[in-house]
Amino acid sequence: MGAKVITITSGKGGVGKTTATANLGVALARMNKRVTVIDADIGLRNLDVVMGLENRIVYDLVDVVEGRCKLRQAMIKHKLFNDLYLIPAAQTRDKTAVSPADMIQLVDKLRPEMDFILIDSPAGIERGFRNAVAPADEVLIVTNPEVSAVRDADRIIGLLEAENKGPGKLILNRMKSDMVRKGEMLSAEDVTDILAIKLIGIVPEDEGVVPASNSGIPVTLNENSRAGQAFRDIARRLNGEDVPLVSTGDNGSFLQRLARLFSGSDAR
Amino acid sequence: MAGFFERMMGKGTGKGSGSTAKERLQFILVHDRINLSPERLQAMKQEILDVISKYVAVDRDNVDIALQQRQRDSLIVAEIPFSKPAEGIEQDDEDVARPPQPSDSDTDSKAADDAGGG
Repeated sequence: MGAKVITITSGKGGVGKTTATANLGVALARMNKRVTVIDADIGLRNLDVVMGLENRIVYDLVDVVEGRCKLRQAMIKHKLFNDLYLIPAAQTRDKTAVSPADMIQLVDKLRPEMDFILIDSPAGIERGFRNAVAPADEVLIVTNPEVSAVRDADRIIGLLEAENKGPGKLILNRMKSDMVRKGEMLSAEDVTDILAIKLIGIVPEDEGVVPASNSGIPVTLNENSRAGQAFRDIARRLNGEDVPLVSTGDNGSFLQRLARLFSGSDAR
Repeated sequence: MAGFFERMMGKGTGKGSGSTAKERLQFILVHDRINLSPERLQAMKQEILDVISKYVAVDRDNVDIALQQRQRDSLIVAEIPFSKPAEGIEQDDEDVARPPQPSDSDTDSKAADDAGGG
């Protein structure tokens, strides 16, 4: 009954939370799911531009919470999908304008009408993070294979466990398989070893991601994009489908096959 | 420690900086998770040893007290060997404080066993 509420968070900024939220929202909508994505980064609104909806904003999350508009009025329908909505963050307020209880109340109103509600959390571990996590049924932690991002992810996982929201599942974003192969980057196994949580997807570094957000068309709409494929796979996993992790294409990259050809020991 | 920078740059060991990253992260996170700095941990180890030394003689050169991770749980694992008394010679009181209670004879015999086994 009702929507599954998924919060996307990370601790560290710049690891790809907003990109992940936009792409998962679009990927789920492509699967004919009813989806609302909520930008919980109050004061630093961004999900709207990544989704190409910045020109349509009239009301925002804080307007809903403070009763200046109805929930429906703040829901911006996506251009391509009839059942994909965005509730934008306020740009001129700060995170104290909303409380965790407000978020729970707002999300509970939406639940009966949606299949998925995705919440894009702000970076950090303060009020904004707690707002974003409060209504979550499941939490996805986005990290990059870098020491600072993994360290912050660990801190977030600890906080989620303390709030009984944990441990959550991991999205490993911006993997460079050629660097992993050279031993110059933490591998997916290294990161899951260290964090000891389940991996829900590996998103390869993809030069298509920046142009996609430049134009406000999430990369997952590009059938040929490897990152897009990874997000589509994660969306199917969120929908309860059993999609093997290798299908992200990361293990089958041309370079790795080449490497296997030349050296049996180097490629793993 | 000599090869630290080489390892950091991914040279010398045949391994890249990826494994350095993993080692560093494991060390950092073990302290992050229990919110205990390496200095405080050192002080705690010292205190643990001091307490144990009040009861039995400890082989301080071979003590291993370390933080470990099992999945997402942190634990402290201590391996504290008793020192081996020289055969046939009664330990001096200065090295080994006798247990205050006669009921602690269990600890005594265990220590003797360990010493005999080595």
